[in-house]
Amino acid sequence: MKARDLVELAGRNLREAFLRNSLTTIGISVGVASLVAMLSLGVGLQDLASDRLARTGLFDAIFVTPHSAAAAFRGSQAGTSPAERPKPLDEDARQKMAALPNVVEVYPDIRFPIEIHFAGNSYATVAAGVTPSARKDGAFEGMKGNFFSSPNADETILQIDLAHQLSNQPDMLIGKDLTLRYAEREPLPADPNDSNAASDGFSIVPKEKTLRIVGVVETEPAGGIGSLGRGRLLLPLDLAETLRSAQANDLRDLLRDSPNRHTYESLTVRVNDPPKVKAVEDSIKQMGFAAFSLLDASKSLSLVFTVFDLFLGIFGSLALVVASLGIVNTLVMAILERRREIGILKALGASDRDVRSLFFVEAGAMGWLGGILGVSIGWIIGHAINLGTNIYLKGRNLPAISVTAVPIWMVAAAIIFSILVSLAAGIYPASRAAGLDPVEALRYE
Amino acid sequence: MTNGNLMVIRADRVARHYRMGAAVVRAVDDVTLGVRAGEFIALLGSSGSGKSTLLNLMAGLDRPSSGAILAEGRNLAEMSPQELAKHRSHTIGIVFQAFNLLPRMTLEENVELPLRLAEIDREERTARVRQAIERVRLSARLSHRPGELSGGEQQRTALARALVNRPSILLADEPTGNLDSATGDEIMRLLREINESGMTIVMVTHERPRAERFAHRIITMSDGKVISDGGSA
Repeated sequence: MKARDLVELAGRNLREAFLRNSLTTIGISVGVASLVAMLSLGVGLQDLASDRLARTGLFDAIFVTPHSAAAAFRGSQAGTSPAERPKPLDEDARQKMAALPNVVEVYPDIRFPIEIHFAGNSYATVAAGVTPSARKDGAFEGMKGNFFSSPNADETILQIDLAHQLSNQPDMLIGKDLTLRYAEREPLPADPNDSNAASDGFSIVPKEKTLRIVGVVETEPAGGIGSLGRGRLLLPLDLAETLRSAQANDLRDLLRDSPNRHTYESLTVRVNDPPKVKAVEDSIKQMGFAAFSLLDASKSLSLVFTVFDLFLGIFGSLALVVASLGIVNTLVMAILERRREIGILKALGASDRDVRSLFFVEAGAMGWLGGILGVSIGWIIGHAINLGTNIYLKGRNLPAISVTAVPIWMVAAAIIFSILVSLAAGIYPASRAAGLDPVEALRYE
Repeated sequence: MTNGNLMVIRADRVARHYRMGAAVVRAVDDVTLGVRAGEFIALLGSSGSGKSTLLNLMAGLDRPSSGAILAEGRNLAEMSPQELAKHRSHTIGIVFQAFNLLPRMTLEENVELPLRLAEIDREERTARVRQAIERVRLSARLSHRPGELSGGEQQRTALARALVNRPSILLADEPTGNLDSATGDEIMRLLREINESGMTIVMVTHERPRAERFAHRIITMSDGKVISDGGSA
């Protein structure tokens, strides 16, 4: 029999014993819902943990330094040949790293001492550059005001402790201007008598910059692997770079052959997916730089959640296994009721395979419908868990989170699993129906 | 009306025995007979004579304990279940005393069922179903379910269903057994009409007058054996 005819006949048969088949299908859906709810909790918690860890900037970041800062210094002093010297971590290296596959961004760690002038008072603190991607950091969640309007806007975000120093009402600072005093590295002019001569040094000069306060952040954003904290006054990274503020490694640059070729003390390379960190890290090492990531910690986390999901899946599947017994029962009852019909079908030319397929399609259809219904119920349960959790968190002044997740792969996998379990449950009834003796079946009243 | 000596079914020393506890029931016992193309044969006998069992063997619904049943030259006893299903689908059409229509299906859907099983294309099915229903003069009842039809109409539906896949042999097991006399005659006239169009018919009956009136050849059975072969109206 052709597939379409099988489906039509199976659909007709299912509609005939509507109540019984509906109850069986609901049984399957409860099993699937239990499986989906359990797995969605496992996946949701994994996503939550991964997301929180990703926001620390520790698991998708590679911290890059020149191969050995110490070796570089020794090399200069001992007269090591240029070939043996560590590669400088300069703009060229930064561009090459940015061009590597799966690299999202490469940025330097820019921090420098500053003095703030605000409302007639001066305050000494540290400024730090912040990339646009940092907007997703947990530290900026629930911040007062806004993130930077553009990567090089003359804007600043203050850390709450600094804001408290500036005003008793930190929220009122937003929209006001402050003046930043900092030390700028300014190249010395080249020898005016030699048109080909390059400058061989730089001077440090004080500069000022007026910035508008656009936000106040509660916690100090993490600075990635290389630094435990960024600073109390945050600037857009592009702006921080254009300020050419004096950095700790400027003295090292001065000792090089070309002091005005600016190098970075360190770079942070962000990768689009933590599992790809290893490949990118290897590529950077091959480029001749030292690279470090927290990859192993991420792997351990994945392992823990895989085992967690496995056990949740097993417990969730138990209900589906029980529901599959309902399918066996329903189809065995159907064989008893439709014994004569099976005999008629065989007398009219149905093969054993046709009869078997018919029962399989009926079992599969119940599994399919139960799967869809079950996924929907599981999704609703997941949302109910989220709702309950967030009501609880709100009561404790904590931000809302999502502890369950039903990704599309779970929807597809749950429906396919439901169909497979139903088909497995249909093996015995279908084989029994196919094996019926047509003469006996036709005699059945 | 026969088609020369072309043999469409041949039973060669066929036996069908059942074991019931220690006893062996010889439902069909060493039967040899041939059915020529275009014949209208009545298998006559009392209840338990083995005529329905022999019909089931010819239909490929059952397998002989020994002997051979040749349908269009092939031995049904040696066929696989799949081949037997094909034989039932393509070579024979079958009509039962109890009509055996599927109660949930309309007349049209019941008649279409063998075509679904034979995997005939949808477009062709509709034409064949209409043709078969027209042949049994039930075109006005297409969407009726068996419960809404009279006994005669149900048997005519069963006849249309048996003929729809254009088999070469029509097997009828007591086709008038559940009908009153007038309706029974009506079905018999229809069977004769079908036979006159060239269809070979083997009909099981216990009604000698009807057999004598409509069949070309009467084969009488008793205790699983053929006791006479050849008497006709």
